[in-house]
Amino acid sequence: MEPVMAIAIGIMYAAAIFLMLRRSIVKLVIGLMLLSNAANMLIFTSAGMTRGAPPLIPEGMLAPEGAVADPLPQAVVLTAIVIAFGVLAFAVVLIRRAYEIVKADDLDKMKDTDT
Amino acid sequence: MRPEVALPVLLPLLSGAISLLFWRSRPMQRFTAVAGNIGLLVVSLWLFTSVYQDGYVTIQMGGWEAPYGITLVADMLSAVMIVMTALIGMVIAIYSLASTGPDHEKFGYYPLMHLLLAGVAGAFLTGDIFNLYVWFEVMLVASFALLILGGEKAQMEGAIKYVTLNLLASVIFLTAIGLTYGMVGTLNMADIALRLHEAEHQGMVEVLAVMFMVAFGIKAAAFPLFFWLPASYHTPPVAVSALFAGLLTKVGVYALFRVFTLMFDDTLDYTQDLLIWGAALTMVTGVLGAAAQFEFRRILSFHIVSQIGYMILGLALYTPLAIAGGIFAVMHNIVVKTNLFLISGITRRLQGTYQLKKMGGLYKERPWLAVAFFLSAFSLAGIPPLSGFFAKFVIVRAGIEAEAYVVTGIALAVGLMTLYSMVKIWNEVFWKALPEDNLVPEQETVVGDDGRMVKPSLWLMTLPVGALAALSLLIGVFAEPLMLVMNLIGDQLMHPEGYIHAVMGGGVDVSEALIEAPASEEGTP
Repeated sequence: MEPVMAIAIGIMYAAAIFLMLRRSIVKLVIGLMLLSNAANMLIFTSAGMTRGAPPLIPEGMLAPEGAVADPLPQAVVLTAIVIAFGVLAFAVVLIRRAYEIVKADDLDKMKDTDT
Repeated sequence: MRPEVALPVLLPLLSGAISLLFWRSRPMQRFTAVAGNIGLLVVSLWLFTSVYQDGYVTIQMGGWEAPYGITLVADMLSAVMIVMTALIGMVIAIYSLASTGPDHEKFGYYPLMHLLLAGVAGAFLTGDIFNLYVWFEVMLVASFALLILGGEKAQMEGAIKYVTLNLLASVIFLTAIGLTYGMVGTLNMADIALRLHEAEHQGMVEVLAVMFMVAFGIKAAAFPLFFWLPASYHTPPVAVSALFAGLLTKVGVYALFRVFTLMFDDTLDYTQDLLIWGAALTMVTGVLGAAAQFEFRRILSFHIVSQIGYMILGLALYTPLAIAGGIFAVMHNIVVKTNLFLISGITRRLQGTYQLKKMGGLYKERPWLAVAFFLSAFSLAGIPPLSGFFAKFVIVRAGIEAEAYVVTGIALAVGLMTLYSMVKIWNEVFWKALPEDNLVPEQETVVGDDGRMVKPSLWLMTLPVGALAALSLLIGVFAEPLMLVMNLIGDQLMHPEGYIHAVMGGGVDVSEALIEAPASEEGTP
């Protein structure tokens, strides 16, 4: 399973970087979204994937029996998703405002700060 | 229980919450801003004294012992950075009372400022790498909102670059965290440090080190990753510029110091050259970029980049003295750079522009402002006896001791170039006569960055400027006791065992050997 995931994540990163290199700010934001999702998938995968073994402790015991899935990366990914959601929501609003003010969906037209 | 470690984070969050409760009441928000930051300053001094006595102070959040829970840990470096954060927060809060107009205050300026300070303080105090990411994001989200407050065209354009590159850095940081967790199965930095030394694939450790270097390099605005900074820092209201200039990039520098002294000290034979040349190029490109500019805040923005080079050089040389010098540079730069931005705000208030060509004559008009600028600018360039001189002196000395002559030479040359830029501002703004075509607005129509300021109360703006200029002078005059603190930081960072022991030992069990070790006196001038 991990090799397939690794390849899929690689493609996600590549696609995200490609989108971010485009001049359109809409594609830039889509690239950012894809990039943060790719990072989440990477955390999920790199921590090791365990099928069908939830980290539940049977009643009356102090530790789970046998190998179970690691709950920590899932908690980390969950946090990262929430953060990415908030930040990207901001980014979407930002490009909308920028589009209204600059009246162009083109990064090449945003040169006011480059003088 | 050591509450002083958690308070620098909790207090700004609390003031932010109070500030939000009084969303409609401008006076209450202003009061909370000042009172909250006074509280933060008191708490940070408390933290500093306890760290000075004990060496390390830790607190395990929720009572979960490290490495399972999140640890907040303050060593000398964290404590000094927290004090500087509180100081800048305080100064900016007072300055904002006069400089930030009701248009900005109405849209949550003060709550965001508290949130930003909470994020910065959290980043300085956390001992958990994922928690560091979370604090970075708290800080970033607040900075995003502050950056576009006002919604001018230039702000939007600058913000797009700032947001994109900082998010990219965050994702690289997150990726590196994921891979680190995959390798060692822990997120506690002290625990990671222990386990990375035993890791099978040292090649992979080097990859991780470089990923962290790139992520924090973007945040710190190091060469060649600094482009977002000069594109955005001159666009927001000036108090926001000053706050960013003082603190944000320094968090990136702090993170570099932390991970490279704690976690990746094994990879140095590979990463040291990268850091050294990165630092040298950062210094040179920053200062050359500034030489070409004629806008007050853009010159200063490029100089932030240039000064970051000195700090990273301190880390890259990797001797206790060099690290002490690097942290001295961080501390000095926080004071001086913030002050220069604040001065640019006053000159803009007085003459209605940031364009150097259109300004002039302020030496005659405001001699004390000129003196404050003189102190700060020449401190930045490293003229004795101001604070910048000692920062530079220690780093240069460490460079010579480490026999890195080329980089040391570059550092000295960059100091001269800095002087050139500062003299340029001095000549244009203070020395030359006011150009005749510049219509200096009358005091009544003088506006903040918002456009509708009624009566400018300049003393609230000059008070922080005077305080910071005096502080820069004091840092220079009392460099020796400060240097003792810096040497302590250098020792602590070069011997991460103390940090690891403090975190993993669960409590304030200080490795006596570390604290008692004679702080190397040779750096003291």
